[in-house]
Amino acid sequence: MSFELEATVLERDVSVSLEVGPGETIAVLGPNGSGKSTVLDVIAGLLRPDRGHARLDARRLFDVGGTGRGHWLPPHARGVSMLAQDALLFPHLSVRDNVAFGPRSRGRSRAEAGARAAEWLERVDAAELADRRPAQLSGGQAQRIAVARALAADPALLLLDEPMAALDVSVAPALRRTLRTVLAGRSTIIVTHDVLDAFTLADRVVVLDAGRVVDSGPTAAVLERPRTPFAAGLTGVNLLTGVAEGAAVVLTSDGHRLAVRPVERLRPGSAVAVSLRPAAVSAAREQPPGASGRTTVPGRVTDVEPRGDTVRVRAGTLAADVSPRDAAELDLAPGVTVWFSFAADDATAYPL
Amino acid sequence: MSGSTYGGVPRWVAAVAAVGAAFVVLPLVAMLLRVNWADFVPLITSESSLDALGLSLRTSLASTALCVMLGVPMAVVLARTRFWGQKVLRSLVLLPLVLPPVVGGIALLYTFGRRGLLGQGFEAFGVTIAFSTTAVVLAQTFVALPFLVLSLEGALRTVGTRYEAVGATLGARPTTVLRRITLPLVLPALVSGAVLSFARALGEFGATLTFAGSLQGVTRTLPLEIYLQRETDPDAAVALSLVLVVVAVVVVAVAHRAGEPAGLRLRRRAR
Repeated sequence: MSFELEATVLERDVSVSLEVGPGETIAVLGPNGSGKSTVLDVIAGLLRPDRGHARLDARRLFDVGGTGRGHWLPPHARGVSMLAQDALLFPHLSVRDNVAFGPRSRGRSRAEAGARAAEWLERVDAAELADRRPAQLSGGQAQRIAVARALAADPALLLLDEPMAALDVSVAPALRRTLRTVLAGRSTIIVTHDVLDAFTLADRVVVLDAGRVVDSGPTAAVLERPRTPFAAGLTGVNLLTGVAEGAAVVLTSDGHRLAVRPVERLRPGSAVAVSLRPAAVSAAREQPPGASGRTTVPGRVTDVEPRGDTVRVRAGTLAADVSPRDAAELDLAPGVTVWFSFAADDATAYPL
Repeated sequence: MSGSTYGGVPRWVAAVAAVGAAFVVLPLVAMLLRVNWADFVPLITSESSLDALGLSLRTSLASTALCVMLGVPMAVVLARTRFWGQKVLRSLVLLPLVLPPVVGGIALLYTFGRRGLLGQGFEAFGVTIAFSTTAVVLAQTFVALPFLVLSLEGALRTVGTRYEAVGATLGARPTTVLRRITLPLVLPALVSGAVLSFARALGEFGATLTFAGSLQGVTRTLPLEIYLQRETDPDAAVALSLVLVVVAVVVVAVAHRAGEPAGLRLRRRAR
């Protein structure tokens, strides 16, 4: 099963193209309002783009805004199931009838649909809930049933719109595990805010910002070598951009010279991104003595955020994790000047 | 919620409310005081009374069925689609709510009467509608339809389209979605709307008299019978009025129960 999409929705300023390979799971990441849900609605057939086309295997889902009369397959004929943040189980049907809804709608007999529902309830570990009403389920159980319902319809493409976002942190891991099993070998697009979802479920990620695809590639590559502040923010790494001055020196846009460890050859004068874990950055109130291979950068503290056993000190584009004791000793507070320093080995540089 | 005791209603508001309640209840009490209990059963079981009661129930049920058949599609179209002139159309559909029923009756006469817009055509096939039982049903449907459309459209908007979208992505055609998702979700509103329509049809007077006349057993419904008896036999009029009041109270009680969201009722029962 393979999927191709190219669509523009003028009203929401969204214009994207993406592909899903056979059996591939891609994660669509992006800040709120970046157009992720719009893209899913277009694929499911719930929103008509101004122009664009989509193909799922041999079937044309839509082709609109061109010169011809256009082509638009209604949602029920697409073979695209969607699972939203809320489970949205039909409140008037039992759990079993909810799951059997898809097969029934596609013309299976009551008995066949029932058997299929039982099978899927088994696969999401919810067989014992079959006779319950949706109002009698917890959020995690309901979402589990919703997964079974979406898959029982036998979709050629599955869309997941932040399926874990409304769940308690204590039940999300179990659902994530279930998803990892049932999504294997199934063409899926998952919209998420959670980098853990991307790492555990997706083969590839697509980063959306302001309605455009700004980055895409294998999950690890995109998240470990981010090109956008959003992607860097997901994993919490510092992202600095600048131009290469030498093989291992980068001049940042705010005028600092960094010693870096290039993971690809940097052409002098070309745009470069540098990623740096906050834990690898140390902070001091006085300028530390220069050491070879270490970069020292001054900054004015903008934010001090306690995070359990560390304190994240942010000054403009750079952040450092220091111990609470050091933070207290250094008397770090917004407005004071700090000196950040880090080793070149920790500053991974790659061309933008 | 039940733990909170703060009322926050000013005393003068409660006082005015009491006056309003008395204004509604007192006339009913006054009527009850005038009921001739000794002859009550013979009065409501006289031939003309039974004819009127039977006709009223039959025609009201028929017009309620007609309201459901026509009103459900109307409410669905008004709530789920957008088209040019929709606001105007909605106002027109709801017009019978505010129109004096007599005016409705005249309008129906000029539509389905012998010389009416459509009536002429029916006449050519030997079908006369005006002053028949069919006319009673049409008159009642005309005035009762907006009640059903209004309550159902509101419910459809409240329920929203999220469940329907899920159903469609699971492969259900629009008709399947309507039958298996939309209508079950708005069933309470559909029932309460139908009950209200039934009550309105049962009480219909002006349009019926104008469009259908007052022929015993054919078009003389209970309200017409009451009005007629009032001249000759006030005791019979009061007795029949009481019958209508009882039917109305039952109907309101049923509508009130059905109007509650199903989930709420379920939760209360579980407690």
